[in-house]
Amino acid sequence: MLTYLIRRTLQMLVTLLVASMVVYGAMQLVPGDPVMAMFFPNVPSPERLESIREELGLNDPFYIRYFQWLAGALRGDLGESYKQYRPVSDILAQTIPGTIELGIAGIVVSLLIGIPVGVLAGITENKWVDNTVMVIALIGVSAPSFWLGLLLMLVFSLYLGWFPSFGVGGFAKLVLPALTLGLYGGGYLARFARSSVLEIKYQDYVTTARAKGISEWRVTVQHVLRNALIPVITMSGMLAGYMMGGAVIVETVFGRSGVGSMLVRSISDKDYPLVQALLFFAVGVFILMNLVVDLSYAYIDPRIRYD
Amino acid sequence: MRRALRNPRIVIGTLFLFSLCVLAIFAEQIAPFSPVKIYPADSLQPPSAKHLFGTDTMGRDVLSRIIHGARYSLLLGLAAVAISSVLGTTLGLLSGYFGGKVDTLIMRVMDIGLAFPSVLLALLIIAVLGAGLTSVTIAIGVSATPPFARLIRGSVLAIKETPFIESARAIGAGRFRVVFRHILPEVFAPAITMATLRLAGAIFSASSLSFLGFGAQPPTPEWGAIVSAARHQLRGAWWISTFAGLAIMSTVLAINVLGDGLRDVLDPKLRGKI
Repeated sequence: MLTYLIRRTLQMLVTLLVASMVVYGAMQLVPGDPVMAMFFPNVPSPERLESIREELGLNDPFYIRYFQWLAGALRGDLGESYKQYRPVSDILAQTIPGTIELGIAGIVVSLLIGIPVGVLAGITENKWVDNTVMVIALIGVSAPSFWLGLLLMLVFSLYLGWFPSFGVGGFAKLVLPALTLGLYGGGYLARFARSSVLEIKYQDYVTTARAKGISEWRVTVQHVLRNALIPVITMSGMLAGYMMGGAVIVETVFGRSGVGSMLVRSISDKDYPLVQALLFFAVGVFILMNLVVDLSYAYIDPRIRYD
Repeated sequence: MRRALRNPRIVIGTLFLFSLCVLAIFAEQIAPFSPVKIYPADSLQPPSAKHLFGTDTMGRDVLSRIIHGARYSLLLGLAAVAISSVLGTTLGLLSGYFGGKVDTLIMRVMDIGLAFPSVLLALLIIAVLGAGLTSVTIAIGVSATPPFARLIRGSVLAIKETPFIESARAIGAGRFRVVFRHILPEVFAPAITMATLRLAGAIFSASSLSFLGFGAQPPTPEWGAIVSAARHQLRGAWWISTFAGLAIMSTVLAINVLGDGLRDVLDPKLRGKI
């Protein structure tokens, strides 16, 4: 297990490094001059332009700038935002907590919805229950989250007045955004949990357990669910990656300040130091969660370690 | 074919998509009003017999805008899927058939793509290319390529070792002939299934990106843009974003249903894989 852990962690570090190169490199491909953009709509004098370019190190070759950026990033210095005139690391420190809060809440809601619903659809022999549940899950994954968010806002905040519709801070403001993220994740998990239960349900050892005279309830809980839910739990690690993408939409809809809504703003602002830091953070979380998923799989299923 | 007609999912999905195509093609004739012309006197009318889905702030008929919007969603979705199918199939064929260094190179590049959640990869591409319908199409098409290439590569690897490919090679068929005449038709089933399911995803992403303001710009009647423009009038005019969102959801749902049906008929082994 230890060798596997070390190998996968090293692989992850390489992936992170490559991802940072891709993100950094992509920002260099952007047409237009960042210094001109900083002054927009004014135009700086050629001497001023040159001195700022020199100061920001924009005249150095690409790889030097990349390594300088990386070295800075490792020390926690991600440069200065072009449009907000403050360090990118400050902006990150302000936006990350809200997004993590939202992401965790979203995963919790996904699990609370997805697992019971999926298991119910999987274990019941009733076609009606199964079909109804799966149709609802399919609708859940087909409804765009920006629209779902607006509908929830319309009903629960504008008409019923149960929850506030905008902003960050406090449980009440988290409910609707988390529900929006969780409905999609829940639909997805439900489909996954159902097929996992169906796969285990007809395994020989389940029949054996039943033949031994164990009660149907115990067979279901101890033999079917315990095994069927292992991949489902691990799958929820994958959801963390989706949460990073979903946060972009949900934070924008609910006006929450966070990594996602800041990313949208920084792209519109063409504020590239901020764009690359936020993108790298989001991708980093996704890569890290993938590692956690892989490791937990290996922990549960020893065959994977000897791959 | 007969099996396809007996599958209710394929029939329902196809019928829905067909009607949507008819709406998109004959939008000018079908839509009761102009999608862009402004009628200040009719501003923010709730749904009525005259305006089934109501009107927006500028008095434009929401139903007519949604009918015209079908064009954007379908075209965007199809174009994005065309990009990822052509790129993904080509890369998957090359990678799977030639193996070795070609395979390693292509698959490592695809792995980088897979290391990004697709929304973020699309946003990265948009940050570089700028906002607009073209960049959204490219962004979605490119970001959906890696899983496509991976699937095709897997199918090619399985087919490559079958006797009929060996026989083709034995009778002296050249590499490209083997790849394009013999292997390509065999990967058609997974490719078409994947493309259908991806179409749903592409329409979904395109509307999301337009909602964020990176795709269609006003007054274009794109569905995501309609929802976005109306989101601040949610209390006064719920009908605008509700109906536009309903259009997105039912389209995505219909395509997902069709895709599930196709997968079951064309290649049941893919169940759970895509």
